[in-house]
Amino acid sequence: MPATAKREPRQTGHEFMSWKIWSLKKSVWVFHVNTGACNNCDIEIVNLLTPKYDVERLGIKLVGSPRHADALLVTGVVTAQAAPRLREVYRQTPKPCVIFAIGACACETGIFNGAYHVVGPVDKIIREIDPEAIIAYVPGCPPKPEAMISGVVKALSIL
Amino acid sequence: MGAVFEGYVKGREMIEALQNLFWILIFPGFLFTVVLGLVACWIVRKVSALVQWRVGPPLFQPFYDIMKLMGKETLIPQDAQRTVFIVAPLVGLAGVLLLSTMLGVAAFWPEETFVGDIIVAIYLMVLPSLALILGSSASASPHATIGTSREMKLVMGYELPLVLAFIVVIIKMVGLVKAGFVESGQQLTSDDLVKVLSLAEIAKHAPVLSISGMLAFLAALLCVQAKLGFVPFDIAESETEVASGIMIEYSGVLLAVWKLMQAMMLVALPLFLVMVFLGGFGTTAGWPLVWGIGKYVLVLVLLILIKNTNPRVRIDQAMKFFWVYCGIALVIAVILALIGNYYGISWL
Repeated sequence: MPATAKREPRQTGHEFMSWKIWSLKKSVWVFHVNTGACNNCDIEIVNLLTPKYDVERLGIKLVGSPRHADALLVTGVVTAQAAPRLREVYRQTPKPCVIFAIGACACETGIFNGAYHVVGPVDKIIREIDPEAIIAYVPGCPPKPEAMISGVVKALSIL
Repeated sequence: MGAVFEGYVKGREMIEALQNLFWILIFPGFLFTVVLGLVACWIVRKVSALVQWRVGPPLFQPFYDIMKLMGKETLIPQDAQRTVFIVAPLVGLAGVLLLSTMLGVAAFWPEETFVGDIIVAIYLMVLPSLALILGSSASASPHATIGTSREMKLVMGYELPLVLAFIVVIIKMVGLVKAGFVESGQQLTSDDLVKVLSLAEIAKHAPVLSISGMLAFLAALLCVQAKLGFVPFDIAESETEVASGIMIEYSGVLLAVWKLMQAMMLVALPLFLVMVFLGGFGTTAGWPLVWGIGKYVLVLVLLILIKNTNPRVRIDQAMKFFWVYCGIALVIAVILALIGNYYGISWL
């Protein structure tokens, strides 16, 4: 499935700001957040970071702390236990940053729609604390690594 | 007449000050070390990629990383010790900057160095690790605390073998100086013996071409691997275990300074190994300089290959490795060097 990015192109304003966005596009450090996924999307994310797809060519690197990250790869429908933690991780990510909702559950709660433990899809939880967050959606169950790369490239190209 | 002399002295002072500024800021100081350090970072990532049968990042990727980090916001945790948190990366950067400036001056302007600069260099080499320990202990995070304790134990582990390796080199230098004086028949004074403590003198000889020197070089190579935070000794910053332990709470400009410090250590430490063990650069442009650059690249590639073929070890395994195995090998090297000095055998 092709990845979509539901956001209007951001106005970069005057030239002084644009070097930050330009260097952000050249080097995206990702941090993986699992908010209650079945692990399928997490396996595909780990597959993405293996030498076969070689995302280091694009400057993408996996980091161990959200404070080092530029992009959060969020998987899983957000459970009630995970929601405050997801908000805290988002606050700890220095802006400018991009949220990638990976998988059908993160985009629109997927097959867990209406379950007792589901608080909402990722964008609902993030927009409660930051209505201007940049969120990109990569649907699929699970999305293939190629779809994830395509989603990252499309999201960065409209930054 | 007095006024002219005063003017001459002031002029010379100003020229010296400008020369010092040039050394610290441009070559071999900040600008040169940053550029070469980031290129060395790229070499590390590219060679690692080739070893793993993939393509790897483009040449300017480390520069983009630093630029991007400069553009992010700098978040400081609420419970962190603000002053130490902010000052620690700067202290580490200053230490590496001074170290690489001193090494570059000793390599290319040997008449401007002083006796005893190898001891200053050993002290300056501890400063980045100390700054990491201080910065991560000011971070107020349990992961950072684990990283701090691991880094402290690691520093305690590798500092002793590193100093022992340099002692082996100094013993061999004393033997060489004595042999030189016996040949020429002059009287040996303590002034000439003290000269062995200068980097410029040590860089003229290659102690690695002897058994004790080779043992010392291998031990020092592994200690440098630990100091750079490379696998198998990247225990303190292990991403998967403690979520980047020592640097977990750093972001933005401060993280950029840490990354710059690590990149600059990638210049200073192999340079130190080349000058102390492998025979330095030679002061004139020509074959010795090209040979010297080749030695630097060789040390870098050795570090990368060790990095790519080994798993990470635990902290107790690392300490046992440095104190027991490296320690015994270096004690053997010291004994061999002393025997070689006494009997005048240069390859021992």
